[in-house]
Amino acid sequence: MDVLDLARWQFAITTVYHFFFVPVTIGLSAIVAWYHSRWIRTRNEDHLRMAKFLGKLFTINFALGLVTGIVQEFQFGMNWSTYSRFVGDIFGAPLALEALLAFFLESTFLGLWIFGWGRIPERLHAATMWIVHIGTLLSAYFILAANSFMQHPVGYRINPVTGRAEMADFWAVLTNPVQLVAFPHVITACYLVGGALVMAVGLHKLRQGTAKGGPSADRRMYRHAARLGAVVVLVAGMGVAISGDLQGKVMTEVQPMKMAAAEALYDTPPAGECAPFSVLTIAGLGGENPKHVIEIPCLLSFLGTGSFDGQVRGIADLEAEYRESFGDGELTQADTYVPPIAMTYWNFRLMMATGFFAMAVGAWVLWATRKDRIPMQRWVFGLIVLTPIATVLGHSFGWIFTEVGRQPWVVFGEMATHTAVSPSVGTADVWTSMLVFTALYGGLAVVEVRLLLDYIRRGAEPFEAPRLVEDDQPLEFSY
Amino acid sequence: MDLITVWFVLLAVLWTGYLVLEGFDFGVGMLLPVLEGKGSEVERDDKRRTMLTTIGPHWDGNEVWLLTAGGATFAAFPHWYATMFSGMYLALLLLLVTLILRNMGLEYRHKRTDRLWVRRWDLAIVGGSFIAPFLVGVALTNLVAGLPMTEHTMGTTKYTEFDGSLLSLLTPVALLGGLTVTVLCLAHGAHFLALKTTGEIREQARRIATTAGLVSAVLAVTLFVSLGMQRGTPAAWVVMAVAAVALLAAIAANAKGAEGRAFIGTSATIGLTVVSYFLMLSPNAINGRGDSADLTLAAAASSPMTLTIMTWAAAVFTPIMIGYTLWSYWIFRRRLSVEHLPQRHAVKADVKADAEAEAGAQASAEAH
Repeated sequence: MDVLDLARWQFAITTVYHFFFVPVTIGLSAIVAWYHSRWIRTRNEDHLRMAKFLGKLFTINFALGLVTGIVQEFQFGMNWSTYSRFVGDIFGAPLALEALLAFFLESTFLGLWIFGWGRIPERLHAATMWIVHIGTLLSAYFILAANSFMQHPVGYRINPVTGRAEMADFWAVLTNPVQLVAFPHVITACYLVGGALVMAVGLHKLRQGTAKGGPSADRRMYRHAARLGAVVVLVAGMGVAISGDLQGKVMTEVQPMKMAAAEALYDTPPAGECAPFSVLTIAGLGGENPKHVIEIPCLLSFLGTGSFDGQVRGIADLEAEYRESFGDGELTQADTYVPPIAMTYWNFRLMMATGFFAMAVGAWVLWATRKDRIPMQRWVFGLIVLTPIATVLGHSFGWIFTEVGRQPWVVFGEMATHTAVSPSVGTADVWTSMLVFTALYGGLAVVEVRLLLDYIRRGAEPFEAPRLVEDDQPLEFSY
Repeated sequence: MDLITVWFVLLAVLWTGYLVLEGFDFGVGMLLPVLEGKGSEVERDDKRRTMLTTIGPHWDGNEVWLLTAGGATFAAFPHWYATMFSGMYLALLLLLVTLILRNMGLEYRHKRTDRLWVRRWDLAIVGGSFIAPFLVGVALTNLVAGLPMTEHTMGTTKYTEFDGSLLSLLTPVALLGGLTVTVLCLAHGAHFLALKTTGEIREQARRIATTAGLVSAVLAVTLFVSLGMQRGTPAAWVVMAVAAVALLAAIAANAKGAEGRAFIGTSATIGLTVVSYFLMLSPNAINGRGDSADLTLAAAASSPMTLTIMTWAAAVFTPIMIGYTLWSYWIFRRRLSVEHLPQRHAVKADVKADAEAEAGAQASAEAH
């Protein structure tokens, strides 16, 4: 592998890994904050216990999101210095604003929440977790704005003197049409993850408590969590579907190649004919005699344009057009303008499948726990393990689709990925860093998952009435 | 003041904020094995926990100053960000790994009580607290002392690309810079602990602060002179002299038991050291070594529009951020001692014994 391949692999590994923890952070912070506020309003002991219990799971997860995020802030400069030079004028601003507006907010207020028991008046204390959640949303907004610029650059001009992209309209960068649909899509998918996790943990503890004859108060509490999580899954899932649909239309407009690749649609359908959507394909993604197992006529046209007879352009057409427009540029020439089709095709479908699967499980959990029922069948445990993992992987599939489908571009139409890499960093350097990050991240994943399972096993602590700590009394929480 | 200068100054502010704030939590990390004293295992662990709790609500926010410095460099001086971060590749990798492990230690250490778990994360915290400031010191000193670089062009702008190796970062003066920053953080952390704890830890912290302060003074003066001979300007010499005076004042204040003044003294020393570094950099972002080309601020900077937008954003949001940061320090202003720990627990030998003990306790509870 050359430096380019290695740098791409490293970016993929570190970013996909980072994004295992991000959706949990965003989704769970809202649910923890909700439980904390609910306790203050209703004085229902269950709610405070759940806020603290889920809060612990939240901090275990947050730690990894935080440390893997540090790498993200630096690796553009480390591995993609030519890219950083070329677009730094536009791309750097959202990153800096993310740190200034979001990271400070998240870290300071999470510190206040964790150590604030007994030290901060309770309403203010609950508010600190809401502020953490707002911080996570701000963070997502800025980083998605940066990513949207790579998908569909807007609000810039190429300075003929410096040869670099320069900011022309920052508002346009922040309200990129891609961003306006990507942000709700990603955020609702984060709530989907948070909901799935709370649903799974709640249902697991409910079943465990029932099997072992645990206190009925606990069962009431975990049932509530399981059902709350299921409702979040359903509502968020609908949001994901609607925003994803909107996203498809924007994508057809600004990145038609990605949409064509998502369906492996090689030839533009003749005028007057619509494009079908294949649910599964068993062979021929390379373009020769594809064997689609289930094909829904005109669905791709609908997904891409909102109308069943809308036109979706095929790969061959677009390839010829891009070769014509970009084939000569120093930064824009590439061997092919077609992204890896199989990766794009399958990740698109896997992403959707995980979302629909989670929603189906959510609906089933509401049904299975109606009145005082508790689903005790052994196979339910499989669903409990699988559902949260599926929702997290759904994010990975979605991102791999988005990023692989953008290839060969790092910034669509302006800079090909192979021109973006750091010239001063050698193969040995990137091998070293990639192996170090992979080993370190792998090790930390094992530690994290074990710790998480350990805390889930222990469950929520018994209720303890909160009190404000006087100056010489012991703290409510310390390291 | 033009916008390029504004952002150069703001970066100096961010690096100062980072080193003054994370500087003391690095110092606290280094002091864990020193100030835990000679008591039983439980007593020593209690002391470690007390020390860690003084930085508990703050260390993460402190570290964001580094991320913001990185992000601001990217936004305001893309070529600086690109050249520095790709040039110092392996050193930066080591810094990232160190920070990752140290942060995980701070977050996870208290989540279990078995001995192996606590010991391992302690190693990450203590080791990371020594290595990270050392690497930061080496990196910043290299920017000033000069890096081997060659000139390239993009359009008509000239920028520089690092053309050395990891070894070319390890010059004597850079290593001295790393050592000085580390010991300075140690003294600074001791002042912080003296200010934030009561009882034995406070007494011991004051004692060790004097020693650390004197060592850091010797190192700092040597560093100032050797960097100054190479790159000094009159203004930089004056600032370095004031930094040295502030350090001596801090040592004197600590000896008299004026803990607040001692902490302000080392904060000022760190801040002034950063200022002197930036004075020796200006008008460059990175000095070239020997005949190497410099990377000038003008060549490295973003467009006026980006700088204007960033300036407005910084003007509005930095005061807000500083406001809630101060509020958080105010909330957690109490001095702590081992008596304030909610539960004092023995560090358990291993999980299995722990589980058995628990099962036994449950069994006996049920028997009753």
